[in-house]
Amino acid sequence: MSDPITGLAHMLGQPFIQHALVAGTSIALLSGLVGYFVVLRGQVFAGDALSHVAYAGALAALAAGVDLRFGLFAATIAVGLVLGLLGGRRAADDVVIGTAFAWVLGLGVFFLAIYTTHSATGNSAANVNVLFGSILGISASAASTAAWIAVGLIALLLVLARPLLFASLDPDVARASGVPVRLLGPLFLAIVGATAAEASQAIGALLLFGLLAAPPAAAQRLTDRPWRGFVLSGLLSVLCLWIGVCVAYAAPKLPVSFTIMTTSTVLYAGVVLVTTVRWPAFSRRGGAARP
Amino acid sequence: MSAVLELDRAAVAVAGRTIWSGVSLQVQAGEFVAILGPNGVGKSTLLKAVLGLTPLSGGAMTVLGDRPGHVNGRIGYLPQRRAFDPNTRVRGVDIVRLGLDGDRWGVPLPGRLAGSAGRRARERVEEVIALVGAGAYAGRPIGQCSGGEQQRLLIAQALIRGPELLVLDEPLDSLDVTNQASVSALIRDVCRSQNVAVLLVAHDVNPILPYLDQVIYLAHGGAVMGPPEEVITADTLTMLYGTPIDVLRDRAGRLVVVGQPDAHAEHR
Repeated sequence: MSDPITGLAHMLGQPFIQHALVAGTSIALLSGLVGYFVVLRGQVFAGDALSHVAYAGALAALAAGVDLRFGLFAATIAVGLVLGLLGGRRAADDVVIGTAFAWVLGLGVFFLAIYTTHSATGNSAANVNVLFGSILGISASAASTAAWIAVGLIALLLVLARPLLFASLDPDVARASGVPVRLLGPLFLAIVGATAAEASQAIGALLLFGLLAAPPAAAQRLTDRPWRGFVLSGLLSVLCLWIGVCVAYAAPKLPVSFTIMTTSTVLYAGVVLVTTVRWPAFSRRGGAARP
Repeated sequence: MSAVLELDRAAVAVAGRTIWSGVSLQVQAGEFVAILGPNGVGKSTLLKAVLGLTPLSGGAMTVLGDRPGHVNGRIGYLPQRRAFDPNTRVRGVDIVRLGLDGDRWGVPLPGRLAGSAGRRARERVEEVIALVGAGAYAGRPIGQCSGGEQQRLLIAQALIRGPELLVLDEPLDSLDVTNQASVSALIRDVCRSQNVAVLLVAHDVNPILPYLDQVIYLAHGGAVMGPPEEVITADTLTMLYGTPIDVLRDRAGRLVVVGQPDAHAEHR
């Protein structure tokens, strides 16, 4: 594999890579787009909490002997809704979220114990997959299901996007203009929950943040136009996934979740560095109004 | 002249406690009206009632000839606020634009695809930004604009749909003296040139005193309305509060109300 083009063609010919790219691209795009609003609304911690819920939900499903994805989605969407209904967006405080979700993670360990003692095939591979992802091991049918769910969630997000932007930046005025602010909050956290469930399958519950926070944060440093930032966030997230998958293929010793996380971390660090150095020029240049 | 706002023995209760009651008043088209009074008397609540966000517990209210909450598209609203987070990396123009179509579902189409409707929207955004004189900094992230600059952009946002009534909750509160004067003058200009009625909650009447047509003074669960020179007097306020109140005037003509029962009002 000395020639990169041949190597790439060879890689794309592999079915497991095709599945990984189909599922991964759609999940990464979803994560990047949803993440833009997560970062804008300052809900990174709530999103992190939902990834713990994803872990506990998946293991609860395994312990109960049902499809793991059912547990993932049911738990994350339900908790996302509850979090949104309880909190409003600033009210749910850090200590409450932190305590509740450490306990949820504890529940996950509890379900893991049930699963490993009562299941005939019980092993810790499923546990590791939920925690750290298994995108290179995803089946053709699981890949297409994941892709369709991602497409559906993206479509829903696009419908909500403009009122959600308004409600995120300026909730009082948005509410007076007729935006259903109190409905959007819980609905958005339910979408974040479903995204956490999706991304758990690709990169794992614990590493979700590589795609949900780093690319959006990078995009918001690169542009101050909201819709450009929104699209850029999705594209950067996809880019991180592709680079991660390629590197993991070229260096099979490296786990793919590690290479994706490393890419997104390097991307964010690089963008912070570049925008910080260029910052004075950056803010002066944007002086004139160009709507 | 037609009334843009009419209250008839209106009352509001929040969580079972009556905030004010028996309030009757009229605001005419194009009038500049300040709502004054000590903290906690329900000045902001009055604005929320006008917007239909807080229901009346008694009496009646007509806003632009309709029920409150039904005509918010014809009202520009500036809530009481803290400044935007300095890290908010969204341009002022985008904030202004949300006032035009932020309540519509979906996403705006990019530049050329949006066609003539998109062009009209962009022109309207430029127009109101020019009207408030925010052109120099509207392209900057709003988090990096000063308090006065943010306030001008938000006034542009409130004006973008060409409202007949502007509802402003303490727009001068977080500003320094120079900006208080210039934003007050801007609101007066907008009020006169666009013939917009302005309903403005103020903590300190002095920056806007020369521009006011009417004053609504809320205190002790009731209200008095009239021209400032009739309302902000020792006699009227003494009657409203039921305890002796003095209104002093310093050499610059600034009014100071002394003896209001709410101690907060004097120290802030």
